Amino acid sequence: MPYVIVIVVLAVVIFVISGPLRAAYRPAEPAGGSTFAELDAAREAKYAEIREAELDHRTGKLSDEDYEDVDRGLRAEAIEILRSLDETGTATIADE
Amino acid sequence: MAIVGRTLLILALLVAIYGLGASLWGARHGREWVDSSRRAMYTLFGLALFAFVILDVAFISSNFSYNIVASSSSTTTPTFYRAAAIWATQQGSLLLWVLLLSMWSSLALFLTRRRVREIVPYAQAVMFGFCVFFVGLNTIFANPFATSSNPPSEGAGLDPLLRHTTMMIHPPMLYSGYTLLTIPFAFAIGALIARRLGAEWIQVTRRFALAAWLCLGVGIVLGARWSYTELGWGGYWAWDPVENAALMPWLCVTAYIHSIMIQEKRGMLKVWNASLILMTGTLSIVGTFLVRSGILSSIHAFVSDPTLNVSFVVLIATMVAGSIYLVVTRRDGLRSEARLDSLVSREAVFLFQNLLLVALTAVIFWVTFFPLISEAITGTQVSVGPPAFRPFVVPLALVIVALSGVGPIIAWRRVTISKLRRGFAFPVAFALAIMVGLLALSDADRHVFAFLMFVFGSFVVAAVVQEFFRGVRARRAMTGEPPPVALVALVRRNRRRYGGYIVHAGIAVALIGVAASTSFQHSRYATLAPGQSARIDGYTIRYVRPTAGASAQKISFGAVLAVFKGGHHVTTVQTTYGLYPSSDPTLGPIGRFFNGSDESRIGLDSGFTHDIWTVIDPSLQPLQGLINQGDAKLTAALNAVAKQPPATQPQALNVLYTLRDQAVAALTRRFVTHPWPATFLLIVSPLVTWLWLGAIICVIGGLIALLTAPVARARRRARVRALETPGPATAPAPPVRELV
Repeated sequence: MPYVIVIVVLAVVIFVISGPLRAAYRPAEPAGGSTFAELDAAREAKYAEIREAELDHRTGKLSDEDYEDVDRGLRAEAIEILRSLDETGTATIADE
Repeated sequence: MAIVGRTLLILALLVAIYGLGASLWGARHGREWVDSSRRAMYTLFGLALFAFVILDVAFISSNFSYNIVASSSSTTTPTFYRAAAIWATQQGSLLLWVLLLSMWSSLALFLTRRRVREIVPYAQAVMFGFCVFFVGLNTIFANPFATSSNPPSEGAGLDPLLRHTTMMIHPPMLYSGYTLLTIPFAFAIGALIARRLGAEWIQVTRRFALAAWLCLGVGIVLGARWSYTELGWGGYWAWDPVENAALMPWLCVTAYIHSIMIQEKRGMLKVWNASLILMTGTLSIVGTFLVRSGILSSIHAFVSDPTLNVSFVVLIATMVAGSIYLVVTRRDGLRSEARLDSLVSREAVFLFQNLLLVALTAVIFWVTFFPLISEAITGTQVSVGPPAFRPFVVPLALVIVALSGVGPIIAWRRVTISKLRRGFAFPVAFALAIMVGLLALSDADRHVFAFLMFVFGSFVVAAVVQEFFRGVRARRAMTGEPPPVALVALVRRNRRRYGGYIVHAGIAVALIGVAASTSFQHSRYATLAPGQSARIDGYTIRYVRPTAGASAQKISFGAVLAVFKGGHHVTTVQTTYGLYPSSDPTLGPIGRFFNGSDESRIGLDSGFTHDIWTVIDPSLQPLQGLINQGDAKLTAALNAVAKQPPATQPQALNVLYTLRDQAVAALTRRFVTHPWPATFLLIVSPLVTWLWLGAIICVIGGLIALLTAPVARARRRARVRALETPGPATAPAPPVRELV
């Protein structure tokens, strides 16, 4: 009995691990590549920062002047990231 | 099934080696190898789980053919503890390590299967590296499936000190913390190798760091609770090397959780964050090494094993050297993208707090390892205790607590003086009110550090309350929701921020409890006969009556104590001292029942303002003469039986064993029928409950911060869907006008 269990386990292990190596397997590739993903992460972080600044302002930690200044800067940084994302997307089209 | 378990471990080792090779190969030669390697991690988890189940079934069914079952369990050990006895052994606990390591690694690889693709192969290789190491140790040097062809009929039993409810959870929580820390460590290495040094690797591993913080924290507190209620010395933290081994990575990961926010938001502190998590990951392995090596004297450590020690030293040296090499060679990519706008900003507070936390870790590391350092230099191992830590730890802890109140008050990037004044007004006023109240109504100022901790802790709690109040008010102004609805919505939408604030409040509450209970504790020893009393801190504790019990598992001697204050009855507590029979035959057939492993059950009355803590230490000297007589008579009888024909021996032995059990029970009962004075340790500690309460608050805050906000979850799913869909047209960046 122990040997049967071991053989079954071994077969399952080999079957599972070798799946991606079999001919029919096609790994999905993300669009835009890793630069795109990195920019996408940066964009999300920037959006979060904009929301945080807004919350700081609403809860009285940032004065109106400071908030306007900070918010303007953050949005400018976000726009830069969005432009880079646009360019990365365009570059991907050109590559294809 | 032992052969199956052993084969599973060998198979797991082969799978781990394959996974390591396939990850590295796949990084350059094809995604399918990386995917195959990821599946290898899933199967490794399955194999470890199967092996663990086989071993645990052996423990539960008291299968003493397994050597570790015979050495750490017995039929008289309750099933509850038998199931947990697996991690009371070096071999079993290593298997638990492997199980948790493969489980968290599988989860991390599953969650990142479509993300950080350039980093994952190397991170995966690092995870498999750890798996090869630990499965290798388990397979080659610490085999849990070793069996005996001539198993004993009864096991040695579980160490009495480990028969405690928290011991079911404490080790798995600590191991979860340690193994979870390997995930951000592995991704940091992967990011450095792949030179993808943005915030993406931090975003995908942030939750693992937070989960590690939570698990380590829970493990540390459960260990403290065990120490307080089981070890019979009246404290919860002894600065033991193994306790410190868990505290150091916890402090570092606390710093990391804060500093990564600055990298995510500002692209700053990249070198710091990479170095910090590499140090934290290494400290988690150092902690594991301390537990397993026994190189430093600790009640919590396993017996020293030179083979394991050498292996761990090699692993730690490799981690340190590799980390330094990668950070140095990637320093160009780790340059900050921005500078601090102002020294009065949340970033600056986080940075200062980070430096203090790392300094605290360095101090604890130095003092913990000082005995080894002194031995290396002078040849003599110097022992250090709590007094060596306090002069450094207490002042640093005070400043860190104060900063945990400052951080929530001030904004990111910059703040004006008027806003600063407004933000600090209420918390400072509250802290000052507490200070004046303490000075007027108590003698708290006779312990300066404790007094300051009360004031700073009050400041933190007030700051957090103020933040919630302001947040709710802002939300109500926007939505008009009733306060409770606005509060829930506020926290749901900003879990990271408000979960963190709750944790800050919890830490403050816990440290107030620590300061009060260590500085204002009253303790004394008293030797009392039944009916006698002792006074402590205004309480009168009367020894009402003795108790005694004898079972197949253990004998126990106890006392019922009544506590009075000002003539009024406050509470009644019961404490017992238990003895488990020794298997050493030289102690005598009866004497071994009175000289085995011992345990103490404390008599505790916990309250919001103070704990009344008692433990009995009954001298067994008055019984020694009778025990010696019984040993002599029973030994003579056993010798006589040994000379009888073999056929009649079992029956005669049964009679003798019954008589022996009756004698042991009668001797134990003498503590009640002919009571003699017993020694008690009596302690009255203020605010101990605040420590446990603070820990619970921290766990609640940590869980809130760990869970994803519904809005963020939906947004992330949409992003992953967009990234998965081929072609840039379906993975668009939001239009620029979105933010204009």
